[in-house]
This record gives sequence, C-alpha cells and structure tokens, in this order.
Amino acid sequence: MIEVRKLVKRFGLKTILRGLDFDVQPGEFVALLGPNGAGKTTFLRILSSLSRPSLGEVKIAGYALPSQAAAVRARLGVVSHMPLLYADLTAEENLRFYARLYGLQNQEPRITEVLQMVGLDNRRRDLVRTFSRGMQQRLAIGRAVLHDPDVMLFDEPYTGLDQDASTMLDEVLKSVASQGRTVVMTSHDLARSEDLATRFDVLSRGVITASTSREGLGSSNVLAFYKQALNT
Amino acid sequence: MKSPSLARSSFLKAVAAIVQKDLAAEYRSRELLSSMMVFALLVIFIFNYALNLEPSVRAKVTAGVLWVTFVFAGTIGLNRSMAVEKDRGCLDGLLLAPVDRTAIFFGKVISTLIFMLLVEVIMLPFYGLFYNVNLFNPGLLLVMLLGSIGYVVVGTLLSSMAVQTRTRDILLPIILFPIIIPILLSALDASNGFLNNLEFDLIQPALGLLVALDVIFTAVSFMVFDYVVEE
Repeated sequence: MIEVRKLVKRFGLKTILRGLDFDVQPGEFVALLGPNGAGKTTFLRILSSLSRPSLGEVKIAGYALPSQAAAVRARLGVVSHMPLLYADLTAEENLRFYARLYGLQNQEPRITEVLQMVGLDNRRRDLVRTFSRGMQQRLAIGRAVLHDPDVMLFDEPYTGLDQDASTMLDEVLKSVASQGRTVVMTSHDLARSEDLATRFDVLSRGVITASTSREGLGSSNVLAFYKQALNT
Repeated sequence: MKSPSLARSSFLKAVAAIVQKDLAAEYRSRELLSSMMVFALLVIFIFNYALNLEPSVRAKVTAGVLWVTFVFAGTIGLNRSMAVEKDRGCLDGLLLAPVDRTAIFFGKVISTLIFMLLVEVIMLPFYGLFYNVNLFNPGLLLVMLLGSIGYVVVGTLLSSMAVQTRTRDILLPIILFPIIIPILLSALDASNGFLNNLEFDLIQPALGLLVALDVIFTAVSFMVFDYVVEE
C-alpha cells in the first residue's frame, strides 16, 4: 500500500531524511517511533503530499508522489496534532465543508455516520471553538475518515490530550483501524502505540534503523525494542 | 482520468465551498470585517484632520486618500484571511483535498474581494460626509472593482507566502506594497479622471492598463500558487 525507496529530504544544507526505505502492506498499523528531530513529521508530510521529496520514490496505493498527488490525496486521511478545523464553524459545518471539497455524494448521511463514530453527534450544531482539545481531536479524526480513505496517517495524535481524552481517542483509533485501513502513526507514547499497532519501526537520523512486528517482539515490549534500536 | 467538464465542475464546487465557508465563518466572528472597517474609518478620520484642506482642494486629494485607505484596510483583511487558515492547520486541510490547488487560491481571492468591496462601499458615504464630496460615480465604482481585483489577487498570493513566516504581519505589507504600485497608480489615475469628470478618452489608458494588470497578475498567480504553498 505504501512503498518508499531511497527517500531523501533536504532543507537547504540540512538533510533530514537520508535514503529512507519503507513498505507498508494493506491493513497494517505501523507505529513510527523515534526521538525528536528524527524526521518523523517531515516523512509524514511527504507521504501526505504536503512536501516534495528531494530524491527518491514514493508510491501510495500504486500512485506516485508528487506526480499523481491528487489521486493519492483522494485515498488518504491525515490527522496531526493540529485539528485542521475552523473554530467559527460548527462540527457539522466543518464536515460538510470537507465533504464538498472531497466531492462526496450523499453527504448528510455520511456526516451523521462519522459524527456518531467519533461520539459527537449530540454536539453537531456547536461551534468547534467551544470543544475541548479531546473533542476537537475526535472531530479531526472524523474529518480525516469522512471520504473513507484506504490509508490513514496520524502525526502525534495524542499531543495535548489528557488521560480521559487519550483513552477516548484510543477507542476511535481502534475503530478506524478495525475497518481494514492501512495506518501509519507517529507517537512518543510507546504504551499506546503498543496497544494499537501491528508493526513498530524506529526512525532515527533520517533512516529506519529497526522494524519488528507485534509477534516479533516476543516476550519483550516496545520500550525495550525502542531503546535497543536507538543504541545500535 | 476525469473528463474536462467533470474537472471544471469539481473545481467550481471547491471554489464555491471555500467562499461559502469564509462567509459563514465571518458571519459568526465578524472579526475581519469589523477590524477592516474600524481601521478604514480611522484612516479617513486622521487624513481629514491631518490635511485640514479647503473644500475645493479636498476634492483633489480624494482618490489618493481613498486608495490609501483601501490598501491599508485590505492588508488587514489579507493577513487575517490567511492567518485563519494557518493558525489551526486548516491550510494543510485545504491542501490535502484532492482538488486543483488553484481552486483554493480563487476561493480565497473571491471571499477576500467580497470583504474588501463591502468595506469600500460602506466607507464611501463616510468619506463623503467627512470631505463633503459625492462619490457615487459609476466610473469610480468600476475603478474600485478593478483595482481591488488586482490588489486582492497579488495580496492573496503573497499572504499565502507571508503566512508561513513568523513575521507575517510585517512581511506582507513590505513585499506587497512595492508590487502593487502599478495597480495603485493606474487606479489613482482612473479614479481622478472619473472624479474630475474628464472625457472617457482621457481615462481610458489608465483603465485599460488596470484591466491588463489584473489579467497579468491573475495569470501569474494562477501559475505559481501551487509552488508557493508547497514547502
């Protein structure tokens, strides 16, 4: 579903990604781990077509970036630590706006379905500015799944959430992943990643330095795997 | 591959969605229009007392004061319009949509133009009141429309660049004002012509130049917007 070959990203003289290779099979949930400044957000921005690679090949669902970016965007849902929502519009107005941009048919039933999925149907007519951070993040996930994408990218979705909001977000993420979607998530929250992901990759100094499946962890845990990957 | 008519239809739908979203958000917050209007009123008020001119001389400075007011107020509108998109990551939300990115550009241009024209039309009677000049001249209204189109087209392109920087509020006027000088000068010439009831033949060159500049700046913005918004 995602194929990345020898990806390089430079900002001026600074090289962030250094020949990164990355493959994700359909239905996999990959937790992309790594220290601050490792290039996780830059990598996800390239996958989401918001940034161009300096060198290398990126394909999502068989479409190449950046040449077939529009086709990729139609199959992609992105959630970052920013909500990507308009504070002066209501929850349903935000979703309606994005539904129009994505050219969805039968918008209203789909909007209701998504609002129910993220548990905000009873707040659909409230302005987003009145929502807590956790509610905004749930609505952001609703926005990202509105067009039923095959691939979901989550960039630090737990940032700024308290314990209750994080637990609620867990349920929404599990629901999103259980629908057969391919998911890539960056997070510093190793425990949460361990609960959700089926594969764990460590990105460090611009390349993937280690990768293991849930089964590959054996009796170990993600924290031990992560520490070992950073030390090698 | 989409057929041309389908692509055009989705392009227009995206433009309409963005304009409608901006109007709905502004209807709720009234932040942009109120700040533009208060600022425009203050500029007119300050000029009125700073110049302190005879009524006959006042008519001669009308075009200048009007366009300075519109340009200053417009800068606030441009900054605010893009800041709303950037502050909560909404610009990324727009860029992630599978639509031609120039649809985003034209959507933002149209909504900012609506706000700017609204402020201009509301400011005219206030100006008339302060300066004792009748400004409801169809020719002047045409120049205001053409000048505002050029200004907003260039301004939207540059504000989408400036908004990526930390100094966006300062940066926009610094890069915008030098570029809009040709638009501003032709708008001033044409406005003066209509306000002084000159023959249309004498106004036509300035008006023609204004139309040409609008077309050129729109075409250039159309071509480069995609690159400007991408890292």
